Amino acid sequence: MAILIAIPTLLIALMLQSAVISRINLLSGSADLVLLILAAWALQGRIKNAWQWALIAGALVGFVSGLPWFVPLAGYLLVVGVARLLQRHVWQAPLLAMFTVSFVGTLFMHLLSLITLRLAGNPLPFGDSLSLITLPSILLNLFLAIPVYSLLRDLAGWLYPLEVEA
Amino acid sequence: MRQSFPRSLQTIVITLVAFGLVALALGGYFSSLSNSISQSVVGAQTWISSRYLAVVDFLTVPRDVASMRQRNTELEAEVARLQTQVIELQQQVTETQILSALVDFARANPENTYKAATVIGRDPSPFLRYVIINIGSNDGIRRGMPVVTDQGLVGRVDAVTANASRLQLITDPASAVNVILQNARTEALLVGSITGDLSLDMISQDVTVQLGDVVLTSGLGGGYPPNLLVGQVVSVRKLDYELFQQAAIQPLVDYNQLQFVMVITNFKPVDIAPLIPTQAP
Repeated sequence: MAILIAIPTLLIALMLQSAVISRINLLSGSADLVLLILAAWALQGRIKNAWQWALIAGALVGFVSGLPWFVPLAGYLLVVGVARLLQRHVWQAPLLAMFTVSFVGTLFMHLLSLITLRLAGNPLPFGDSLSLITLPSILLNLFLAIPVYSLLRDLAGWLYPLEVEA
Repeated sequence: MRQSFPRSLQTIVITLVAFGLVALALGGYFSSLSNSISQSVVGAQTWISSRYLAVVDFLTVPRDVASMRQRNTELEAEVARLQTQVIELQQQVTETQILSALVDFARANPENTYKAATVIGRDPSPFLRYVIINIGSNDGIRRGMPVVTDQGLVGRVDAVTANASRLQLITDPASAVNVILQNARTEALLVGSITGDLSLDMISQDVTVQLGDVVLTSGLGGGYPPNLLVGQVVSVRKLDYELFQQAAIQPLVDYNQLQFVMVITNFKPVDIAPLIPTQAP
Protein backbone atom coordinates (compact mmCIF):
# COMPACT_ATOMS: atom_id res chain seq x y z
CA MET A 1 0.00 0.00 0.00
CA ALA A 2 2.74 2.45 0.99
CA ILE A 3 4.77 1.78 -2.12
CA LEU A 4 1.63 2.18 -4.22
CA ILE A 5 1.05 5.60 -2.77
CA ALA A 6 4.64 6.62 -3.47
CA ILE A 7 4.12 7.06 -7.20
CA PRO A 8 1.11 9.43 -7.08
CA THR A 9 2.57 11.31 -4.11
CA LEU A 10 5.91 11.87 -5.77
CA LEU A 11 4.29 12.58 -9.13
CA ILE A 12 2.10 15.29 -7.61
CA ALA A 13 5.13 16.64 -5.76
CA LEU A 14 7.10 16.76 -8.99
CA MET A 15 4.26 18.53 -10.82
CA LEU A 16 4.02 21.07 -8.00
CA GLN A 17 7.79 21.45 -8.04
CA SER A 18 7.91 22.06 -11.78
CA ALA A 19 4.81 24.23 -12.11
CA VAL A 20 4.90 26.23 -8.88
CA ILE A 21 7.89 25.82 -6.58
CA SER A 22 10.49 26.31 -9.31
CA ARG A 23 8.88 29.65 -10.15
CA ILE A 24 9.21 30.92 -6.58
CA ASN A 25 12.79 32.06 -6.47
CA LEU A 26 14.98 33.58 -3.83
CA LEU A 27 17.83 35.12 -5.82
CA SER A 28 18.33 32.20 -8.22
CA GLY A 29 17.56 29.43 -5.77
CA SER A 30 14.35 27.48 -5.29
CA ALA A 31 13.08 24.88 -2.86
CA ASP A 32 13.18 21.16 -3.63
CA LEU A 33 9.84 19.69 -2.62
CA VAL A 34 10.73 16.16 -3.67
CA LEU A 35 13.87 16.20 -1.53
CA LEU A 36 11.89 17.43 1.47
CA ILE A 37 9.25 14.76 1.00
CA LEU A 38 11.88 12.05 0.85
CA ALA A 39 13.65 13.42 3.92
CA ALA A 40 10.43 13.66 5.90
CA TRP A 41 9.31 10.19 4.83
CA ALA A 42 12.63 8.58 5.68
CA LEU A 43 12.55 10.17 9.13
CA GLN A 44 9.31 8.39 10.01
CA GLY A 45 10.41 5.50 12.20
CA ARG A 46 7.71 3.05 11.20
CA ILE A 47 8.17 3.09 7.45
CA LYS A 48 10.39 0.59 5.69
CA ASN A 49 10.28 1.60 2.04
CA ALA A 50 12.11 4.93 1.97
CA TRP A 51 14.74 3.55 -0.40
CA GLN A 52 12.08 2.61 -2.92
CA TRP A 53 10.66 6.13 -2.64
CA ALA A 54 14.12 7.54 -3.36
CA LEU A 55 14.48 5.32 -6.43
CA ILE A 56 11.07 6.37 -7.77
CA ALA A 57 11.76 10.05 -7.07
CA GLY A 58 15.19 9.86 -8.68
CA ALA A 59 13.77 8.21 -11.77
CA LEU A 60 10.95 10.76 -12.09
CA VAL A 61 13.13 13.83 -11.58
CA GLY A 62 15.87 12.38 -13.76
CA PHE A 63 13.33 11.97 -16.55
CA VAL A 64 11.98 15.53 -16.30
CA SER A 65 15.12 17.47 -15.49
CA GLY A 66 17.91 18.48 -17.81
CA LEU A 67 20.40 17.16 -15.26
CA PRO A 68 22.06 13.81 -16.02
CA TRP A 69 19.69 11.10 -14.77
CA PHE A 70 22.03 9.75 -12.13
CA VAL A 71 22.38 13.08 -10.30
CA PRO A 72 18.88 13.22 -8.77
CA LEU A 73 18.98 9.46 -8.24
CA ALA A 74 22.24 9.55 -6.31
CA GLY A 75 21.26 12.73 -4.50
CA TYR A 76 17.93 11.40 -3.29
CA LEU A 77 19.42 8.07 -2.23
CA LEU A 78 21.95 9.95 -0.15
CA VAL A 79 19.23 12.12 1.39
CA VAL A 80 17.36 9.00 2.44
CA GLY A 81 20.59 7.48 3.76
CA VAL A 82 21.32 10.53 5.90
CA ALA A 83 17.74 10.63 7.11
CA ARG A 84 17.70 6.96 8.12
CA LEU A 85 21.00 7.41 9.90
CA LEU A 86 19.76 10.41 11.83
CA GLN A 87 16.45 8.75 12.53
CA ARG A 88 18.26 5.98 14.37
CA HIS A 89 20.51 8.32 16.36
CA VAL A 90 18.46 11.43 17.07
CA TRP A 91 15.00 9.94 16.85
CA GLN A 92 13.81 11.93 19.85
CA ALA A 93 14.21 15.22 17.99
CA PRO A 94 12.55 14.65 14.62
CA LEU A 95 12.33 18.33 13.69
CA LEU A 96 16.01 18.83 14.37
CA ALA A 97 16.71 15.79 12.24
CA MET A 98 14.46 17.18 9.49
CA PHE A 99 16.34 20.48 9.47
CA THR A 100 19.66 18.67 9.41
CA VAL A 101 18.65 16.39 6.55
CA SER A 102 17.22 19.33 4.58
CA PHE A 103 20.44 21.27 5.02
CA VAL A 104 22.86 18.43 4.31
CA GLY A 105 20.71 16.96 1.55
CA THR A 106 20.36 20.26 -0.31
CA LEU A 107 24.04 20.97 0.03
CA PHE A 108 25.01 17.56 -1.26
CA MET A 109 22.46 17.61 -4.07
CA HIS A 110 23.71 20.98 -5.28
CA LEU A 111 27.36 20.01 -5.01
CA LEU A 112 26.67 16.88 -7.02
CA SER A 113 24.75 18.90 -9.64
CA LEU A 114 27.44 21.55 -9.79
CA ILE A 115 30.32 19.10 -10.17
CA THR A 116 28.48 17.05 -12.78
CA LEU A 117 27.51 20.10 -14.82
CA ARG A 118 31.01 21.51 -14.66
CA LEU A 119 32.44 18.19 -15.81
CA ALA A 120 29.94 18.27 -18.67
CA GLY A 121 31.35 21.62 -19.77
CA ASN A 122 28.80 23.95 -18.21
CA PRO A 123 30.66 27.08 -17.09
CA LEU A 124 29.09 27.44 -13.65
CA PRO A 125 31.15 29.58 -11.27
CA PHE A 126 31.49 27.86 -7.91
CA GLY A 127 31.26 30.96 -5.70
CA ASP A 128 28.27 32.46 -7.49
CA SER A 129 26.51 29.12 -7.54
CA LEU A 130 26.95 28.78 -3.81
CA SER A 131 25.81 32.30 -2.96
CA LEU A 132 23.06 32.74 -5.56
CA ILE A 133 21.61 29.24 -5.79
CA THR A 134 22.64 26.90 -3.00
CA LEU A 135 22.32 29.13 0.07
CA PRO A 136 18.92 30.59 -0.96
CA SER A 137 17.72 27.08 -1.80
CA ILE A 138 18.77 25.84 1.63
CA LEU A 139 16.88 28.70 3.25
CA LEU A 140 13.72 27.95 1.24
CA ASN A 141 14.00 24.25 2.03
CA LEU A 142 14.31 25.02 5.74
CA PHE A 143 11.17 27.17 5.50
CA LEU A 144 9.23 24.31 3.91
CA ALA A 145 10.71 21.60 6.12
CA ILE A 146 8.20 21.80 8.99
CA PRO A 147 4.96 21.79 6.93
CA VAL A 148 6.23 18.99 4.73
CA TYR A 149 7.30 16.98 7.78
CA SER A 150 3.85 17.44 9.35
CA LEU A 151 2.10 16.27 6.19
CA LEU A 152 4.31 13.23 5.79
CA ARG A 153 3.98 12.32 9.48
CA ASP A 154 0.20 12.31 9.05
CA LEU A 155 0.53 10.21 5.90
CA ALA A 156 2.79 7.73 7.68
CA GLY A 157 0.36 7.60 10.61
CA TRP A 158 -2.45 6.81 8.20
CA LEU A 159 -0.52 4.11 6.33
CA TYR A 160 1.21 2.61 9.36
CA PRO A 161 -1.13 3.00 12.34
CA LEU A 162 0.40 2.32 15.74
CA GLU A 163 -0.48 -1.11 17.09
CA VAL A 164 -2.16 -0.95 20.48
CA GLU A 165 -0.98 -3.66 22.83
CA ALA A 166 -3.71 -5.53 24.66
CA MET B 1 -102.21 65.81 1.67
CA ARG B 2 -101.63 67.37 5.04
CA GLN B 3 -98.77 65.03 5.69
CA SER B 4 -97.18 65.49 2.24
CA PHE B 5 -96.96 69.26 2.43
CA PRO B 6 -94.71 69.44 5.45
CA ARG B 7 -92.54 66.82 3.74
CA SER B 8 -92.29 68.92 0.64
CA LEU B 9 -91.58 71.94 2.78
CA GLN B 10 -88.97 69.97 4.65
CA THR B 11 -87.33 68.92 1.40
CA ILE B 12 -87.33 72.45 0.11
CA VAL B 13 -85.85 73.80 3.34
CA ILE B 14 -83.13 71.14 3.33
CA THR B 15 -82.33 71.85 -0.30
CA LEU B 16 -82.16 75.58 0.37
CA VAL B 17 -79.94 75.03 3.37
CA ALA B 18 -77.72 72.76 1.32
CA PHE B 19 -77.47 75.27 -1.47
CA GLY B 20 -76.84 77.94 1.10
CA LEU B 21 -74.03 75.95 2.67
CA VAL B 22 -72.53 75.20 -0.75
CA ALA B 23 -72.78 78.85 -1.66
CA LEU B 24 -71.12 79.86 1.60
CA ALA B 25 -68.41 77.24 1.08
CA LEU B 26 -67.80 78.39 -2.46
CA GLY B 27 -67.71 81.92 -1.12
CA GLY B 28 -64.82 80.93 1.19
CA TYR B 29 -66.66 81.44 4.43
CA PHE B 30 -65.83 77.92 5.66
CA SER B 31 -62.13 77.82 4.69
CA SER B 32 -60.72 78.35 8.18
CA LEU B 33 -63.10 75.79 9.57
CA SER B 34 -62.33 73.22 6.84
CA ASN B 35 -58.59 73.81 7.23
CA SER B 36 -58.65 73.14 10.93
CA ILE B 37 -60.80 70.06 10.42
CA SER B 38 -58.63 68.68 7.61
CA GLN B 39 -55.44 69.30 9.59
CA SER B 40 -56.87 67.42 12.51
CA VAL B 41 -57.99 64.60 10.26
CA VAL B 42 -54.66 64.40 8.42
CA GLY B 43 -52.74 64.50 11.69
CA ALA B 44 -54.88 61.80 13.16
CA GLN B 45 -54.55 59.65 10.03
CA THR B 46 -50.79 60.13 9.97
CA TRP B 47 -50.55 59.00 13.56
CA ILE B 48 -52.77 56.00 12.94
CA SER B 49 -50.85 55.07 9.80
CA SER B 50 -47.44 55.35 11.48
CA ARG B 51 -48.57 53.29 14.43
CA TYR B 52 -50.01 50.69 12.09
CA LEU B 53 -46.78 50.47 10.13
CA ALA B 54 -44.79 50.24 13.36
CA VAL B 55 -46.95 47.36 14.47
CA VAL B 56 -46.61 45.68 11.07
CA ASP B 57 -42.82 46.14 11.18
CA PHE B 58 -42.69 44.72 14.65
CA LEU B 59 -44.64 41.69 13.59
CA THR B 60 -42.81 41.05 10.28
CA VAL B 61 -39.16 42.02 11.03
CA PRO B 62 -37.96 38.59 12.21
CA ARG B 63 -39.14 36.96 9.03
CA ASP B 64 -37.55 39.73 6.94
CA VAL B 65 -34.16 39.35 8.68
CA ALA B 66 -34.14 35.68 7.90
CA SER B 67 -35.08 36.29 4.29
CA MET B 68 -32.56 39.13 4.05
CA ARG B 69 -29.83 36.92 5.40
CA GLN B 70 -30.71 34.27 2.87
CA ARG B 71 -30.77 36.88 0.14
CA ASN B 72 -27.45 38.27 1.33
CA THR B 73 -25.91 34.83 1.17
CA GLU B 74 -27.25 34.38 -2.33
CA LEU B 75 -25.89 37.75 -3.39
CA GLU B 76 -22.50 37.07 -1.82
CA ALA B 77 -22.34 33.80 -3.72
CA GLU B 78 -23.31 35.66 -6.87
CA VAL B 79 -20.61 38.28 -6.27
CA ALA B 80 -18.01 35.57 -5.70
CA ARG B 81 -19.10 33.82 -8.88
CA LEU B 82 -18.93 37.06 -10.85
CA GLN B 83 -15.53 37.93 -9.40
CA THR B 84 -14.25 34.53 -10.45
CA GLN B 85 -15.73 35.11 -13.87
CA VAL B 86 -14.08 38.54 -14.09
CA ILE B 87 -10.70 37.05 -13.17
CA GLU B 88 -11.14 34.28 -15.74
CA LEU B 89 -12.13 36.79 -18.39
CA GLN B 90 -9.19 39.04 -17.54
CA GLN B 91 -6.91 36.04 -17.85
CA GLN B 92 -8.50 35.16 -21.17
CA VAL B 93 -8.02 38.74 -22.37
CA THR B 94 -4.35 38.61 -21.40
CA GLU B 95 -3.92 35.26 -23.12
CA THR B 96 -5.74 36.53 -26.19
CA GLN B 97 -3.50 39.57 -26.35
CA ILE B 98 -0.39 37.41 -26.12
CA LEU B 99 -1.71 34.96 -28.71
CA SER B 100 -2.73 37.82 -30.97
CA ALA B 101 0.80 39.21 -30.78
CA LEU B 102 2.16 35.75 -31.60
CA VAL B 103 -0.16 35.48 -34.60
CA ASP B 104 0.93 38.92 -35.77
CA PHE B 105 4.54 37.86 -35.44
CA ALA B 106 3.88 34.69 -37.43
CA ARG B 107 2.12 36.70 -40.16
CA ALA B 108 5.00 39.17 -40.29
CA ASN B 109 7.49 36.33 -40.72
CA PRO B 110 5.85 34.04 -43.27
CA GLU B 111 9.12 32.34 -44.17
CA ASN B 112 8.83 30.20 -41.04
CA THR B 113 6.13 27.83 -39.89
CA TYR B 114 5.25 27.93 -36.22
CA LYS B 115 3.67 25.73 -33.62
CA ALA B 116 2.30 27.54 -30.58
CA ALA B 117 2.78 26.01 -27.15
CA THR B 118 2.06 26.76 -23.52
CA VAL B 119 4.80 26.77 -20.90
CA ILE B 120 3.69 24.28 -18.24
CA GLY B 121 6.70 24.06 -15.98
CA ARG B 122 10.32 24.70 -15.23
CA ASP B 123 13.24 22.42 -14.63
CA PRO B 124 13.30 21.20 -11.01
CA SER B 125 17.01 22.01 -10.78
CA PRO B 126 17.80 25.68 -10.10
CA PHE B 127 21.12 25.27 -11.92
CA LEU B 128 19.38 24.90 -15.24
CA ARG B 129 17.20 27.38 -17.09
CA TYR B 130 14.93 25.02 -18.92
CA VAL B 131 11.17 25.16 -19.36
CA ILE B 132 8.67 22.48 -20.31
CA ILE B 133 6.03 23.04 -23.01
CA ASN B 134 2.88 21.09 -23.77
CA ILE B 135 3.65 19.89 -27.30
CA GLY B 136 5.97 17.11 -28.37
CA SER B 137 6.83 14.72 -31.14
CA ASN B 138 3.13 14.04 -31.82
CA ASP B 139 2.93 17.68 -32.94
CA GLY B 140 6.01 17.45 -35.12
CA ILE B 141 8.46 18.89 -32.61
CA ARG B 142 12.05 17.73 -32.96
CA ARG B 143 15.18 18.28 -30.93
CA GLY B 144 17.08 21.44 -31.82
CA MET B 145 14.14 23.43 -33.19
CA PRO B 146 14.36 27.13 -32.30
CA VAL B 147 11.71 28.68 -30.07
CA VAL B 148 10.58 32.31 -30.19
CA THR B 149 7.91 34.69 -28.98
CA ASP B 150 6.71 37.83 -30.69
CA GLN B 151 9.40 39.67 -28.71
CA GLY B 152 12.33 37.59 -29.78
CA LEU B 153 14.38 34.46 -29.34
CA VAL B 154 13.59 32.18 -26.40
CA GLY B 155 15.80 29.12 -26.87
CA ARG B 156 15.67 25.74 -28.51
CA VAL B 157 14.16 22.34 -27.98
CA ASP B 158 16.46 20.19 -25.86
CA ALA B 159 14.42 17.01 -25.36
CA VAL B 160 11.14 15.72 -26.73
CA THR B 161 8.54 13.23 -25.55
CA ALA B 162 5.28 12.39 -27.28
CA ASN B 163 3.27 15.19 -25.69
CA ALA B 164 5.80 17.52 -24.09
CA SER B 165 9.17 19.06 -24.77
CA ARG B 166 11.93 20.61 -22.74
CA LEU B 167 13.43 23.89 -23.93
CA GLN B 168 16.84 25.26 -23.11
CA LEU B 169 16.47 29.01 -22.69
CA ILE B 170 19.17 31.26 -24.05
CA THR B 171 19.67 32.47 -20.46
CA ASP B 172 20.91 29.01 -19.42
CA PRO B 173 24.58 29.10 -18.40
CA ALA B 174 25.39 26.41 -20.98
CA SER B 175 23.65 28.24 -23.81
CA ALA B 176 25.74 29.90 -26.52
CA VAL B 177 24.19 31.64 -29.53
CA ASN B 178 26.01 33.22 -32.43
CA VAL B 179 24.69 36.72 -32.87
CA ILE B 180 25.36 39.86 -34.83
CA LEU B 181 25.24 43.46 -33.66
CA GLN B 182 23.00 45.23 -36.13
CA ASN B 183 24.69 48.64 -36.20
CA ALA B 184 28.25 47.57 -35.54
CA ARG B 185 27.91 44.77 -38.11
CA THR B 186 30.09 42.49 -36.06
CA GLU B 187 29.58 39.00 -34.78
CA ALA B 188 29.65 37.93 -31.16
CA LEU B 189 28.72 35.09 -28.87
CA LEU B 190 25.66 35.42 -26.66
CA VAL B 191 25.96 33.48 -23.40
CA GLY B 192 23.65 32.99 -20.44
CA SER B 193 24.45 32.90 -16.75
CA ILE B 194 23.19 31.43 -13.50
CA THR B 195 21.45 34.71 -12.70
CA GLY B 196 19.59 34.67 -16.01
CA ASP B 197 21.47 37.67 -17.37
CA LEU B 198 22.63 37.69 -20.98
CA SER B 199 26.01 38.91 -22.09
CA LEU B 200 27.95 39.17 -25.31
CA ASP B 201 31.45 37.80 -25.54
CA MET B 202 34.07 37.51 -28.28
CA ILE B 203 33.51 41.05 -29.60
CA SER B 204 36.61 42.25 -31.36
CA GLN B 205 38.47 45.09 -29.68
CA ASP B 206 38.47 47.06 -32.96
CA VAL B 207 34.70 47.39 -33.04
CA THR B 208 32.86 50.32 -31.49
CA VAL B 209 29.82 48.98 -29.71
CA GLN B 210 27.13 51.53 -28.96
CA LEU B 211 24.54 51.35 -26.22
CA GLY B 212 21.14 50.41 -27.61
CA ASP B 213 22.60 48.45 -30.48
CA VAL B 214 20.21 45.68 -31.48
CA VAL B 215 21.36 42.07 -31.21
CA LEU B 216 20.12 39.54 -33.78
CA THR B 217 20.95 35.91 -34.39
CA SER B 218 23.57 35.51 -37.11
CA GLY B 219 22.68 32.00 -38.20
CA LEU B 220 26.32 31.00 -37.90
CA GLY B 221 26.83 27.46 -36.68
CA GLY B 222 23.45 26.34 -37.93
CA GLY B 223 21.82 26.22 -34.52
CA TYR B 224 19.40 29.10 -35.08
CA PRO B 225 17.96 30.84 -38.12
CA PRO B 226 19.38 34.30 -38.83
CA ASN B 227 17.83 37.64 -37.90
CA LEU B 228 15.87 36.62 -34.86
CA LEU B 229 15.69 39.47 -32.37
CA VAL B 230 17.46 38.90 -29.07
CA GLY B 231 17.82 42.22 -27.24
CA GLN B 232 19.75 45.44 -26.92
CA VAL B 233 23.17 46.37 -25.61
CA VAL B 234 22.89 48.10 -22.23
CA SER B 235 26.55 48.29 -21.21
CA VAL B 236 29.95 47.61 -22.69
CA ARG B 237 33.12 46.47 -20.94
CA LYS B 238 36.26 47.17 -22.90
CA LEU B 239 39.62 46.56 -21.24
CA ASP B 240 42.84 47.08 -23.13
CA TYR B 241 44.56 44.02 -21.74
CA GLU B 242 41.77 41.64 -22.77
CA LEU B 243 41.46 39.99 -26.15
CA PHE B 244 37.76 40.73 -26.58
CA GLN B 245 35.15 43.21 -25.46
CA GLN B 246 32.10 42.16 -23.52
CA ALA B 247 28.64 43.65 -23.38
CA ALA B 248 25.56 43.17 -21.23
CA ILE B 249 22.31 42.55 -23.09
CA GLN B 250 18.81 43.51 -22.09
CA PRO B 251 16.56 40.82 -23.56
CA LEU B 252 13.15 41.81 -24.87
CA VAL B 253 11.58 38.59 -23.62
CA ASP B 254 10.79 38.28 -19.91
CA TYR B 255 12.05 34.75 -19.36
CA ASN B 256 10.57 34.55 -15.87
CA GLN B 257 7.04 35.22 -17.13
CA LEU B 258 6.94 33.02 -20.21
CA GLN B 259 3.43 31.74 -20.91
CA PHE B 260 3.25 31.05 -24.61
CA VAL B 261 5.98 30.34 -27.11
CA MET B 262 6.22 29.35 -30.76
CA VAL B 263 8.41 26.58 -32.06
CA ILE B 264 9.81 27.14 -35.56
CA THR B 265 9.07 23.77 -37.07
CA ASN B 266 10.52 24.21 -40.55
CA PHE B 267 14.05 24.92 -39.34
CA LYS B 268 16.43 21.99 -39.25
CA PRO B 269 19.47 22.68 -37.12
CA VAL B 270 22.82 21.68 -38.53
CA ASP B 271 24.99 19.50 -36.36
CA ILE B 272 28.51 20.77 -36.92
CA ALA B 273 30.05 18.67 -34.17
CA PRO B 274 31.65 16.19 -36.61
CA LEU B 275 33.28 19.09 -38.43
CA ILE B 276 35.00 20.44 -35.32
CA PRO B 277 38.58 19.19 -35.31
CA THR B 278 39.56 17.08 -32.34
CA GLN B 279 42.99 16.78 -30.81
CA ALA B 280 45.02 13.88 -32.15
CA PRO B 281 45.94 11.29 -29.54
